[in-house]
Amino acid sequence: MQDRGNDALLLETRGLTKVFGELKACNEVDLKIAPGEIHALLGENGAGKSTLVKMLFGVLDPTEGGIYWKGEPVRIGSPGEARRHGIGMVFQHFSLFEALTASENIALVFDEKTPISQIAERARAVSVEYGLPLDPHAMVGDLSVGERQRIEIIRCLLQKPDLIILDEPTSVLTPQEANRMFDTLERLKAEGTSILYISHRLDEVKRLCDTATVLRHGKVVAHCDPRQETATTLANLMVGSDVEAVKRQASAATPGPPLIEISNLERPPATPFSIPLRGIDLTVRGGELLGIAGVAGNGQGEFFEAVSGEWRQERADTIRLNGRNCGHKNISDRRMVGAAFVPEERLGHGAAPALPLSDNLLLSRHTTDRRAMVGPLGFVRMGAVKEATQRIIREMDVRKSGEDPEAAALSGGNLQKFLIGRELDREPMVLVVDQPTWGVDAGAAARIRKALIDLARAGSAVLVISQDLDELFEISDAIAVMHDGRLSSPLPIAEASFEKIGLLMGGAEPGHQAHAHAEAHANTEGSHEPGAPI
Amino acid sequence: MDVNMLQNILLTIATASTPLLLAAIGELVVERSGVLNLGVEGMMVIGAVCGFAGAFITGSPWIGALAGILAGVLLSLLFGFLALSLATNQVATGLSLTLLGIGLSGMIGEDFVGRAGIRLPRLDLPVLSDLPLVGKLLFGQDPLFYVSIALTAAVMWFLFKTRTGLTLRSIGDNHKSAHALGINVLLYRYLAVMFGGACAGLAGAHLSLVYTPQWVENMTAGRGWIALALVVFASWRPWRVIGGAYLFGAVTIGQIHAQALGIPIPSQLMSALPYLATIVVLVLISRDRRLTVINTPASLAQPFVPDR
Amino acid sequence: MRLELIKRPQKSALYSAISPLLALVLTLLAGFLIFSLLGKPPVAALHAYFIEPLSEAWQLHELAIKAAPLIMIAVGLSVCYRSNNWNIGAEGQFIIGGITGSLVPILFPQFQTLFTLPVMLLLGFIGGAAMGAIPALLKTRFNTNEILTSLMLVYVAQLFLDWLARGRFRDPGGNNFPGSIRFPESARLGEIFPSHGSAHWGIVLAILSAIIVWFMMRFLMKGFEVKVLGGSPRAGRFGGFSSTKMVFFAFLLSGGLAGLAGIAEVAGAIGQLRETISPGYGFAAIIVAFLGRLNPLGAIAAGFVLALTYLGGEAAQMSLGVSEKVARVFQGLLLFFVLGCDTLIHYRIKFIFGEAGKPATAKG
Repeated sequence: MQDRGNDALLLETRGLTKVFGELKACNEVDLKIAPGEIHALLGENGAGKSTLVKMLFGVLDPTEGGIYWKGEPVRIGSPGEARRHGIGMVFQHFSLFEALTASENIALVFDEKTPISQIAERARAVSVEYGLPLDPHAMVGDLSVGERQRIEIIRCLLQKPDLIILDEPTSVLTPQEANRMFDTLERLKAEGTSILYISHRLDEVKRLCDTATVLRHGKVVAHCDPRQETATTLANLMVGSDVEAVKRQASAATPGPPLIEISNLERPPATPFSIPLRGIDLTVRGGELLGIAGVAGNGQGEFFEAVSGEWRQERADTIRLNGRNCGHKNISDRRMVGAAFVPEERLGHGAAPALPLSDNLLLSRHTTDRRAMVGPLGFVRMGAVKEATQRIIREMDVRKSGEDPEAAALSGGNLQKFLIGRELDREPMVLVVDQPTWGVDAGAAARIRKALIDLARAGSAVLVISQDLDELFEISDAIAVMHDGRLSSPLPIAEASFEKIGLLMGGAEPGHQAHAHAEAHANTEGSHEPGAPI
Repeated sequence: MDVNMLQNILLTIATASTPLLLAAIGELVVERSGVLNLGVEGMMVIGAVCGFAGAFITGSPWIGALAGILAGVLLSLLFGFLALSLATNQVATGLSLTLLGIGLSGMIGEDFVGRAGIRLPRLDLPVLSDLPLVGKLLFGQDPLFYVSIALTAAVMWFLFKTRTGLTLRSIGDNHKSAHALGINVLLYRYLAVMFGGACAGLAGAHLSLVYTPQWVENMTAGRGWIALALVVFASWRPWRVIGGAYLFGAVTIGQIHAQALGIPIPSQLMSALPYLATIVVLVLISRDRRLTVINTPASLAQPFVPDR
Repeated sequence: MRLELIKRPQKSALYSAISPLLALVLTLLAGFLIFSLLGKPPVAALHAYFIEPLSEAWQLHELAIKAAPLIMIAVGLSVCYRSNNWNIGAEGQFIIGGITGSLVPILFPQFQTLFTLPVMLLLGFIGGAAMGAIPALLKTRFNTNEILTSLMLVYVAQLFLDWLARGRFRDPGGNNFPGSIRFPESARLGEIFPSHGSAHWGIVLAILSAIIVWFMMRFLMKGFEVKVLGGSPRAGRFGGFSSTKMVFFAFLLSGGLAGLAGIAEVAGAIGQLRETISPGYGFAAIIVAFLGRLNPLGAIAAGFVLALTYLGGEAAQMSLGVSEKVARVFQGLLLFFVLGCDTLIHYRIKFIFGEAGKPATAKG
């Protein structure tokens, strides 16, 4: 070992590179984290943040470059080794097991010698100490996203790490929950723990972090002190050019006729781990863009399926679209009355990953455009389909390799542009979109938001479900909040504030009892595997 | 019906149930790790022929049983290489294992057809085995009967009382999370698949060394498939496998006795009973979608490719 | 040493094309090894297996007779597996198709017209489809695993046929041998070129069905639906397709074609209903389907390859005294190699030696 890192640093990387096929996901990244600092890792989706931290946590092997831990060069071959060094990580898409209890989940990272009962006890102690309420015996599958994150954090803290990596931790929290988590992080920092904080939310980075490293296309473009920067300068560093903020035009003077009318929508839980919908009422008029905020896993997906007709209702008038009763109609027939849908999951729901874009166009258009695209006996007119595909690709500026690539071969942003364009091309009267810009780069996101606003201004009703509050405040005329399968009444954008919406997301409105919900889950233990000897 | 006859019937039921229990408990562990090996029938039939051959050549049924285990493990490794290392479709790979096993067993067993086999001796303890009513049931059965019960208890303990068992279950629930935590998913799955192979091989050897000590082509007659159904029937819980296995053993023995008694029902229909019963039982147990979702290991039959 | 799979950015067109051939070559190599181990001259044995059965015209006819049912069943299975439904009970549907088709000549021996054969074929298709509908119904209605139910029904069908052939349908004038009356000429699938060999019209039926189903998969909405629902069921539902209907479609089509193959075998090659009518065609067709890359046209080529293993088994037994059971081993190995080689389409394989994790050689 000829070289050494800087002894004053906790962690240092030099020229860290990871190559996937032809893509350099990380390109000679230098990173320096001092003891007891909160270090922000900033970058757009696809900038290489996740790849970088996976190398630090031993999930991925670096192609080139070195990692120095407390001045010593180290090779981190597995997450177990990372933990032994004192690195802990809280994943964005949690590494939890739904069929196991919280304490079993925690026990998995400890060795056999510590009995589960003792681990549960320590978890309880840590949860009290850091203000992270947790029931060690609850089944993870029954817990909300926020509760799951707490398990991850506690699992991490129990190992007394010197460095905690947090990957987009606030994306699943209400603003108030996020505040509580910031307190916890400040406290850890005061105790001397370093934190690598990955986010694309600039205001929280400015508020919390001491230093920042900005990545773009896998390369470090800046090391800076976020408190010295403005949100705009940080954004420009991330994106590399000035991002055109979407200007929300004034709402139409006279709202059009009601185009989405939902009355008393109820849905029993579809699977043991899904959320029931409870008495949802909603009206969206032509010319209106309504946003639905909410923490992930509060029934948004179930709601989307109910509106789209992937799950049908018992009464025909529970859901009316474009003035027609649609409760009994399936998704194709709902499209026929002028509705269009874009689901949250692009690959595997909105698009078939292994099929080319033209086939994916046909997927949602074969009934509405039957005359143009399908001939007698169900003969597919591939010429017409291909032509429409090219039109959408031009219209939405979809960047791709090859003439008609598989959906899976496109980047998230480009595929989403295609999927939105696929529906806009029909000029629908009703558009329902779930997470329109999730995992999409800033340029594509701006384009998508503009397209949504334009559609509403042209007289259609647009319903946008999103976890991104900034986005909703940017584009919506009014915002309603979904919590635990219920939908609040919409707040006009002029009256809405982060504070108010945040409280609703936490279930603050009368009838939205968030804590009752959590406790109800705590009582469901015992119905599962009597595994842990606790 | 006198008491001795009842005891004898119960003994034959236990003998008919033991191979089902052995094969099913092995497959249960495999499926708990998230792998679906449809090759149980193939591994079993190979176990049967190698068990017979081992005993026939060496003269020791014990070596025969070992040969059966070994053959099952070898075949399961072939499955593991494809389904785990090469991430092939598990359904198709399991099927091909069954086809290959049946083919191989026919080839290996050609010279053994019609030869007299050697039976694994039953346990015979002085006094105890001669106790009235329960003597033979408790102390006079073939050794593999005790193995099957002990194995079931051991699997129960392993899955729910040890950390390694917890890890195995976690892999079956979500292999991506397990990988992210640094658990060697493929290693665990290889070991589970090999255990399943050993159990299926031993189950096959039971057929050719205890149940009917001879080699007949295709002598497993779908028992490997019934074992697979038993795992579903048992909702992936070891103790329920015992119940399921003995239920099927009873159906099998019952129809044989009914045929012997000359009940005027076509023998073919009676022989079809265990298969029809399997279907009925599967329907009854799978009807509740909610329960099926909760019970089924969530990553069952999903190929896993670790990225590094 | 361990091996690592590296996802290709795109499917490899090269390996899509050559993977079945690669699998064939590997199977031949394995065959070489097996024959050596059995103490037979490997080259001569392989020659007996794969060349000799092709040397004379009448043998080609035999090949076509064996290939016909394999192709017909595999065509249906290709669609079924594409739609992610796992019908492994084609053997049972084949048997039931053979039985229902035979009802006409056995129960109405006087009904001898031009329509006799078409009615039989139709009944065979319907019988097989009805048998296939059982696992489909259980899967959609009761959420029951179709792999296990369709397989269990094979045993039931075999026993049912055995009962019929020994009981109700036994030819009274058959000296107590099991088996029905021999079918009259109007109930037989005729030979194509009787002067050259005994191949019957079954092979034409098989190739025709392959072409029709290929056309459907390639150009029609139904084929699109199969691909979407099979590849990503959720996207299929988003497209407005019903997975329940697809389960039925897949099972009725694959069951129906298996049933058609069954009655074609009985009315063509056999000429009466016997207690067994299939040497495992329904299972071998699974291999055919995969070897043909789940493409109906591919199933034609693959069907002839599998048919050759059957003939080769008989030939090698006669000329070298090699057990005909070796044929089954070949078939099983072939499927193994096909599945293994298919991995190369989506992944590159990297071999890693030692602990350091340094790539040593890269292949593919």
